[in-house]
Amino acid sequence: MSQLTLKTEGDTHVVVTRRFAASPESVYRAHTETALLQKWMTGPDGWSMPVCINETKPGGKIRYEWSDGNGGGFHLTGEYVALEPFSRIVHVERMHLPDPTPDNHIETRFEKDGAGTLMTLRMTLPDAATRTAMLATGMEHGMEASYARMEEVLAA
Amino acid sequence: MQTLDAAFSALADPTRRAILSRLALGEATVLELAKPFDMSQPAVSRHLKVLETAGLITRRVEGAKRPCRLASSAIGEIDRWLDMLRQALEQNYNRLDGVLAQMEQEEEGNVK
Repeated sequence: MSQLTLKTEGDTHVVVTRRFAASPESVYRAHTETALLQKWMTGPDGWSMPVCINETKPGGKIRYEWSDGNGGGFHLTGEYVALEPFSRIVHVERMHLPDPTPDNHIETRFEKDGAGTLMTLRMTLPDAATRTAMLATGMEHGMEASYARMEEVLAA
Repeated sequence: MQTLDAAFSALADPTRRAILSRLALGEATVLELAKPFDMSQPAVSRHLKVLETAGLITRRVEGAKRPCRLASSAIGEIDRWLDMLRQALEQNYNRLDGVLAQMEQEEEGNVK
Protein backbone atom coordinates (compact mmCIF):
# COMPACT_ATOMS: atom_id res chain seq x y z
CA MET A 1 0.00 0.00 0.00
CA SER A 2 2.98 2.29 0.56
CA GLN A 3 4.35 1.90 -2.97
CA LEU A 4 6.60 4.79 -3.95
CA THR A 5 6.43 6.13 -7.49
CA LEU A 6 9.08 8.31 -9.04
CA LYS A 7 8.98 9.62 -12.58
CA THR A 8 10.18 12.47 -14.73
CA GLU A 9 7.54 14.78 -16.17
CA GLY A 10 8.10 17.13 -19.11
CA ASP A 11 11.65 18.44 -19.44
CA THR A 12 12.19 19.87 -15.98
CA HIS A 13 10.12 17.99 -13.38
CA VAL A 14 10.62 14.95 -11.18
CA VAL A 15 7.46 13.75 -9.39
CA VAL A 16 7.45 11.41 -6.39
CA THR A 17 4.31 9.99 -4.72
CA ARG A 18 3.99 7.88 -1.57
CA ARG A 19 1.11 6.85 0.71
CA PHE A 20 1.39 6.85 4.51
CA ALA A 21 -0.80 5.17 7.13
CA ALA A 22 -1.10 8.36 9.18
CA SER A 23 -3.01 11.64 9.11
CA PRO A 24 -1.87 14.56 6.91
CA GLU A 25 -1.16 16.41 10.17
CA SER A 26 1.31 13.76 11.35
CA VAL A 27 3.02 13.51 7.95
CA TYR A 28 3.31 17.30 7.71
CA ARG A 29 4.77 17.49 11.22
CA ALA A 30 7.29 14.74 10.40
CA HIS A 31 8.42 16.89 7.45
CA THR A 32 8.75 20.14 9.40
CA GLU A 33 9.79 19.34 13.00
CA THR A 34 13.53 19.04 13.46
CA ALA A 35 13.49 16.23 16.02
CA LEU A 36 11.22 14.14 13.80
CA LEU A 37 13.15 14.87 10.57
CA GLN A 38 16.38 13.65 12.16
CA LYS A 39 14.74 10.30 12.88
CA TRP A 40 13.98 9.41 9.30
CA MET A 41 15.60 11.69 6.69
CA THR A 42 18.96 10.04 7.30
CA GLY A 43 19.70 8.74 3.81
CA PRO A 44 21.47 5.45 3.17
CA ASP A 45 21.69 2.84 5.94
CA GLY A 46 24.35 3.73 8.49
CA TRP A 47 24.20 7.47 7.72
CA SER A 48 22.90 10.12 10.12
CA MET A 49 21.82 13.76 9.96
CA PRO A 50 23.80 15.51 12.72
CA VAL A 51 22.78 19.04 11.64
CA CYS A 52 19.15 19.91 10.89
CA ILE A 53 18.39 23.63 10.74
CA ASN A 54 14.80 24.15 9.74
CA GLU A 55 13.17 27.61 10.12
CA THR A 56 9.56 26.87 9.23
CA LYS A 57 8.39 30.25 7.96
CA PRO A 58 8.46 31.86 4.49
CA GLY A 59 12.08 32.86 3.85
CA GLY A 60 13.25 30.59 6.68
CA LYS A 61 16.55 28.81 6.25
CA ILE A 62 17.08 25.09 5.72
CA ARG A 63 20.39 23.35 6.28
CA TYR A 64 20.69 19.56 6.47
CA GLU A 65 24.06 17.86 6.95
CA TRP A 66 24.53 14.14 6.44
CA SER A 67 27.43 12.09 7.77
CA ASP A 68 28.55 8.53 7.07
CA GLY A 69 30.18 8.39 10.53
CA ASN A 70 33.66 8.07 8.98
CA GLY A 71 34.33 11.70 8.09
CA GLY A 72 32.39 11.50 4.83
CA GLY A 73 29.25 13.48 4.11
CA PHE A 74 27.55 16.26 2.22
CA HIS A 75 25.04 19.01 2.94
CA LEU A 76 22.03 20.73 1.52
CA THR A 77 20.87 24.34 1.99
CA GLY A 78 17.58 25.97 1.08
CA GLU A 79 14.80 28.37 1.98
CA TYR A 80 11.10 27.93 2.66
CA VAL A 81 8.79 29.74 0.26
CA ALA A 82 5.36 28.84 1.69
CA LEU A 83 3.99 26.61 4.46
CA GLU A 84 0.31 25.68 4.69
CA PRO A 85 -0.29 23.38 7.68
CA PHE A 86 -1.03 20.49 7.14
CA SER A 87 -1.39 20.34 3.38
CA ARG A 88 1.46 22.01 1.50
CA ILE A 89 5.15 22.97 1.74
CA VAL A 90 7.04 24.92 -0.92
CA HIS A 91 10.79 25.25 -0.62
CA VAL A 92 13.95 25.69 -2.68
CA GLU A 93 17.01 23.51 -2.09
CA ARG A 94 20.46 22.89 -3.47
CA MET A 95 23.07 20.23 -2.73
CA HIS A 96 26.69 21.14 -2.02
CA LEU A 97 28.99 18.56 -3.59
CA PRO A 98 30.86 20.78 -2.58
CA ASP A 99 29.88 23.24 -5.35
CA PRO A 100 26.19 24.17 -5.12
CA THR A 101 23.89 22.52 -7.64
CA PRO A 102 21.31 24.73 -9.41
CA ASP A 103 18.20 25.47 -7.33
CA ASN A 104 15.61 22.73 -7.10
CA HIS A 105 12.13 24.17 -6.47
CA ILE A 106 10.00 21.64 -4.57
CA GLU A 107 6.30 21.59 -3.78
CA THR A 108 5.17 18.88 -1.33
CA ARG A 109 1.45 18.22 -0.93
CA PHE A 110 -0.26 16.08 1.72
CA GLU A 111 -3.81 14.96 0.94
CA LYS A 112 -6.16 12.87 3.00
CA ASP A 113 -6.47 9.45 1.36
CA GLY A 114 -8.87 7.15 3.15
CA ALA A 115 -7.47 6.62 6.63
CA GLY A 116 -4.04 7.77 5.49
CA THR A 117 -2.23 10.41 3.47
CA LEU A 118 -1.10 10.69 -0.13
CA MET A 119 2.09 12.73 -0.48
CA THR A 120 3.01 14.24 -3.85
CA LEU A 121 6.46 15.77 -4.14
CA ARG A 122 7.07 17.74 -7.30
CA MET A 123 10.59 18.98 -8.12
CA THR A 124 11.09 21.70 -10.72
CA LEU A 125 14.55 22.33 -12.14
CA PRO A 126 15.47 25.47 -14.11
CA ASP A 127 15.87 23.60 -17.41
CA ALA A 128 16.24 20.16 -18.97
CA ALA A 129 20.04 20.15 -18.73
CA THR A 130 19.94 21.03 -15.04
CA ARG A 131 17.64 18.09 -14.39
CA THR A 132 20.05 15.90 -16.33
CA ALA A 133 22.91 17.31 -14.26
CA MET A 134 21.01 16.81 -11.00
CA LEU A 135 20.27 13.23 -11.86
CA ALA A 136 23.90 12.71 -12.90
CA THR A 137 25.37 14.23 -9.72
CA GLY A 138 22.91 12.41 -7.49
CA MET A 139 23.87 9.25 -9.30
CA GLU A 140 27.30 9.40 -7.66
CA HIS A 141 25.79 9.24 -4.18
CA GLY A 142 23.16 6.74 -5.19
CA MET A 143 25.90 4.51 -6.54
CA GLU A 144 27.84 4.81 -3.31
CA ALA A 145 24.85 3.71 -1.26
CA SER A 146 24.17 0.83 -3.62
CA TYR A 147 27.75 -0.36 -3.53
CA ALA A 148 27.71 -0.17 0.27
CA ARG A 149 24.56 -2.31 0.35
CA MET A 150 26.06 -4.67 -2.17
CA GLU A 151 29.12 -5.08 0.06
CA GLU A 152 26.86 -6.00 2.96
CA VAL A 153 25.12 -8.60 0.86
CA LEU A 154 28.39 -10.03 -0.37
CA ALA A 155 29.88 -10.13 3.13
CA ALA A 156 26.86 -11.99 4.53
CA MET B 1 30.58 3.12 -15.28
CA GLN B 2 34.09 4.43 -16.06
CA THR B 3 32.45 7.36 -17.86
CA LEU B 4 30.77 8.56 -14.65
CA ASP B 5 33.62 10.84 -13.53
CA ALA B 6 33.89 12.27 -17.03
CA ALA B 7 30.13 12.83 -17.16
CA PHE B 8 30.21 14.49 -13.75
CA SER B 9 32.89 17.04 -14.71
CA ALA B 10 31.34 17.57 -18.13
CA LEU B 11 28.06 18.52 -16.44
CA ALA B 12 29.76 20.82 -13.90
CA ASP B 13 30.14 23.54 -16.54
CA PRO B 14 27.12 25.85 -17.07
CA THR B 15 27.82 26.32 -20.81
CA ARG B 16 27.91 22.57 -21.36
CA ARG B 17 24.68 22.18 -19.41
CA ALA B 18 23.13 24.85 -21.66
CA ILE B 19 24.36 23.01 -24.75
CA LEU B 20 22.79 19.77 -23.45
CA SER B 21 19.59 21.67 -22.76
CA ARG B 22 19.51 22.79 -26.38
CA LEU B 23 20.27 19.25 -27.60
CA ALA B 24 17.41 17.91 -25.46
CA LEU B 25 15.19 19.70 -28.00
CA GLY B 26 16.82 17.94 -30.94
CA GLU B 27 19.91 17.59 -33.11
CA ALA B 28 22.04 20.68 -33.81
CA THR B 29 25.23 21.60 -35.66
CA VAL B 30 28.20 23.51 -34.22
CA LEU B 31 27.07 26.59 -36.13
CA GLU B 32 23.54 26.34 -34.70
CA LEU B 33 24.95 25.94 -31.19
CA ALA B 34 27.47 28.79 -31.51
CA LYS B 35 24.86 31.39 -32.43
CA PRO B 36 22.65 31.55 -29.28
CA PHE B 37 25.64 31.14 -26.95
CA ASP B 38 27.54 33.99 -28.60
CA MET B 39 30.64 31.82 -28.75
CA SER B 40 33.22 31.11 -31.42
CA GLN B 41 32.90 27.80 -33.27
CA PRO B 42 36.25 26.52 -31.89
CA ALA B 43 35.05 27.27 -28.34
CA VAL B 44 31.80 25.35 -28.93
CA SER B 45 33.76 22.52 -30.53
CA ARG B 46 35.94 22.22 -27.41
CA HIS B 47 32.84 21.89 -25.21
CA LEU B 48 31.36 19.33 -27.60
CA LYS B 49 34.56 17.31 -27.45
CA VAL B 50 34.27 17.14 -23.63
CA LEU B 51 30.60 16.11 -23.84
CA GLU B 52 31.39 13.50 -26.49
CA THR B 53 34.28 12.01 -24.47
CA ALA B 54 31.97 11.81 -21.45
CA GLY B 55 29.53 9.81 -23.56
CA LEU B 56 26.76 12.39 -23.17
CA ILE B 57 26.44 13.25 -26.87
CA THR B 58 27.08 11.50 -30.16
CA ARG B 59 27.97 13.07 -33.53
CA ARG B 60 27.30 11.82 -37.02
CA VAL B 61 28.78 12.87 -40.34
CA GLU B 62 26.50 14.59 -42.83
CA GLY B 63 28.64 15.95 -45.66
CA ALA B 64 30.86 18.63 -44.15
CA LYS B 65 28.64 18.92 -41.08
CA ARG B 66 28.77 16.84 -37.91
CA PRO B 67 25.43 17.34 -36.14
CA CYS B 68 25.27 16.45 -32.41
CA ARG B 69 22.56 14.76 -30.41
CA LEU B 70 22.08 13.53 -26.84
CA ALA B 71 23.48 10.02 -26.42
CA SER B 72 20.91 7.35 -25.61
CA SER B 73 23.41 5.89 -23.12
CA ALA B 74 23.25 9.19 -21.17
CA ILE B 75 19.48 8.77 -21.00
CA GLY B 76 19.96 5.15 -19.88
CA GLU B 77 22.25 6.25 -17.06
CA ILE B 78 19.58 8.65 -15.88
CA ASP B 79 16.95 5.92 -15.84
CA ARG B 80 19.29 3.76 -13.81
CA TRP B 81 19.89 6.59 -11.39
CA LEU B 82 16.13 7.13 -11.01
CA ASP B 83 15.95 3.54 -9.78
CA MET B 84 18.62 4.29 -7.20
CA LEU B 85 16.97 7.52 -6.07
CA ARG B 86 13.77 5.52 -5.68
CA GLN B 87 15.60 3.07 -3.42
CA ALA B 88 17.20 5.83 -1.32
CA LEU B 89 13.84 7.59 -0.89
CA GLU B 90 12.16 4.30 -0.08
CA GLN B 91 14.62 3.78 2.78
CA ASN B 92 13.84 7.25 4.17
CA TYR B 93 10.08 6.76 3.85
CA ASN B 94 10.15 3.28 5.38
CA ARG B 95 11.76 4.87 8.44
CA LEU B 96 9.12 7.63 8.32
CA ASP B 97 6.42 4.93 8.50
CA GLY B 98 7.90 3.91 11.86
CA VAL B 99 8.09 7.51 13.10
CA LEU B 100 4.45 8.10 12.10
CA ALA B 101 3.23 4.92 13.81
CA GLN B 102 4.89 6.11 16.99
CA MET B 103 3.40 9.63 16.65
CA GLU B 104 -0.13 8.32 16.18
CA GLN B 105 0.30 5.97 19.14
CA GLU B 106 1.36 8.87 21.38
CA GLU B 107 -1.58 10.90 20.07
CA GLU B 108 -3.99 8.14 21.06
CA GLY B 109 -2.34 7.95 24.47
CA ASN B 110 -2.90 11.68 24.98
CA VAL B 111 -6.56 11.50 23.99
CA LYS B 112 -7.23 8.66 26.43
